[in-house]
Amino acid sequence: MTTLQRKLGPGSLTVATWVIAILFVFPLIWMVVTSFKQEADAYTDPPRIAFTPTLSQFEGILDRGFLPYLGNSAFVTVVSTLIVLVLAVPAAYALSLAPIPKTSNALGFFLSTKMLPIVAAIIPLYVISQRTQMLDNVWALVILYTAMNLPLAIWMMRSFFLEVPTEMIEAGRVDGAKLPTLLSRVILPVVAPGIAATALICVIFAWTEFFYAVNLTAARAGTVPVFLVGFITSEGLYWAQLSAAALLASLPVMIVGWIAQNHLVRGLSMGAVK
Amino acid sequence: MTAVAPPIATEQTTTAKAPRKRNAGWAKRAPLLPALLFTIVVTQIPFLLTVFYSFQSWNLVRPGSQHFVGLQNYADVFADSQFRTAMLNTVLITVICVLVALVLGLALAMLLDRKFLGRGVVRTLLITPFLILPAAGALLWKTTMFDPTYGLLNFVFGGDTDWLSEFPLASVMTQIVWQWTPFMMLLLLAGLQSQPKDVLEAASVDGAGKWRTFASITLPHLSRYIQLAVLLGAIYIVNSFDAIFLMTQGGPGTASTNLPYYIYQRAFQGFDIGQSSAMGVIVVILTLIIATFALRLMFRTFDVSRGVK
Repeated sequence: MTTLQRKLGPGSLTVATWVIAILFVFPLIWMVVTSFKQEADAYTDPPRIAFTPTLSQFEGILDRGFLPYLGNSAFVTVVSTLIVLVLAVPAAYALSLAPIPKTSNALGFFLSTKMLPIVAAIIPLYVISQRTQMLDNVWALVILYTAMNLPLAIWMMRSFFLEVPTEMIEAGRVDGAKLPTLLSRVILPVVAPGIAATALICVIFAWTEFFYAVNLTAARAGTVPVFLVGFITSEGLYWAQLSAAALLASLPVMIVGWIAQNHLVRGLSMGAVK
Repeated sequence: MTAVAPPIATEQTTTAKAPRKRNAGWAKRAPLLPALLFTIVVTQIPFLLTVFYSFQSWNLVRPGSQHFVGLQNYADVFADSQFRTAMLNTVLITVICVLVALVLGLALAMLLDRKFLGRGVVRTLLITPFLILPAAGALLWKTTMFDPTYGLLNFVFGGDTDWLSEFPLASVMTQIVWQWTPFMMLLLLAGLQSQPKDVLEAASVDGAGKWRTFASITLPHLSRYIQLAVLLGAIYIVNSFDAIFLMTQGGPGTASTNLPYYIYQRAFQGFDIGQSSAMGVIVVILTLIIATFALRLMFRTFDVSRGVK
């Protein structure tokens, strides 16, 4: 490897990295290109690169009623992530800084729920939703996404909480601060970046969730993945419009993820290994 | 939001204050209780109902058909060859996708773990497949990549292979690997960058070659990150549904049907609540057996007792 590198010069590995990266994301680059095509330009052999760009596919998406789905996704994602934070911050505190007996049992329970395959719960959830008029209701998704993200959030936040210096908490306790004060004045400022990372990951998983959304919602409470399913059930495929829809549906999490990619790395490795 | 946030907040403060006077232990547990109660109610009750349904014969389209049948559903499920195919496919998808995504992710992470022109842009590009909606990714691969006539794959490689019907499982796995490689890459990159620089320098001063350094320093250092990546990847990939639902509908026949898709079919197209619940219970038992080992591994790796004093 070293000899090869010397022969080809130091820039070669950089060029190779760039080529690999572009090939890897090519399906997405192609999606962006296709989304600005007319349908006639989308179905060609060989694939057409020169064409007159148009925004008509995006208009078509809006005409197909995309915005309500987008609104549902935003609502479900934001509300479920907020509830996750409200529940996970105190729980992570209890499991890290003020440890209770059998901490690992509680942690193990939370994590084990993550390993319950969601198919094992979908049937009763469907039956319950049907009987309580919760089918096709955004609140059903809010509750389920909260439960889906909560274990991971507690696990992640716990490892961030463990990084708070114990002296700071002791000092706060000595000053007579109660738990809510301790949390908001002493601990939260230190773990804020960790909480942001956790929230980000909850947002990504809630926004992209498919299984619950497809089985429990339809036209009224459907999220963006449900909108996309319309593209396999409609007769024939509209590639350009599909590409536009895929782009619009993914854009919010793409932007959030790009901006916060350093948080993302930290959240994913969960501060677990330091 | 306003409808849900206040009750939770009040519940928290009351549980936090009331028991403190009685018992210090409960005061310590109080912050944990809301999350614990919520998780128990939302995840355990449906599962118990699944167990209950699995002993019933119940078809949703025949009202009043519900009655107790004991273990009949389980006997039927084990005699069902399609269920065994689905189970095998689930194992294949999970094992192959996790391993391939891990190796590719490691290779990409190593390419990124050095300074070069446009490194930030390349990393941004590479993480994007993880940020796109899986449903969008699956539909894009199905159409613009795999389509026999207009797809890019046949344009590049020639021929008119109908990828989705000739290689359904491999096609689905390609999409899943594409989606999860960035996830593995990000985790392993974090691992690579947390390597102590002085150790690496010492190794190179001592004249250790690149492969030697990689095998005896980098890989052992990465092992915790690799375990975490495998565990998290497996949890999500074992539940893969989007790619199969959107790309192949489990077909042709049952060639690309995995357990989540098969249970979905039996429940929402066959309306057979009893049998699909029995399958769900079997899947849970299998998962829990595997997960027990995985959890034990994870607790050892990340030293969970660190927080207990």
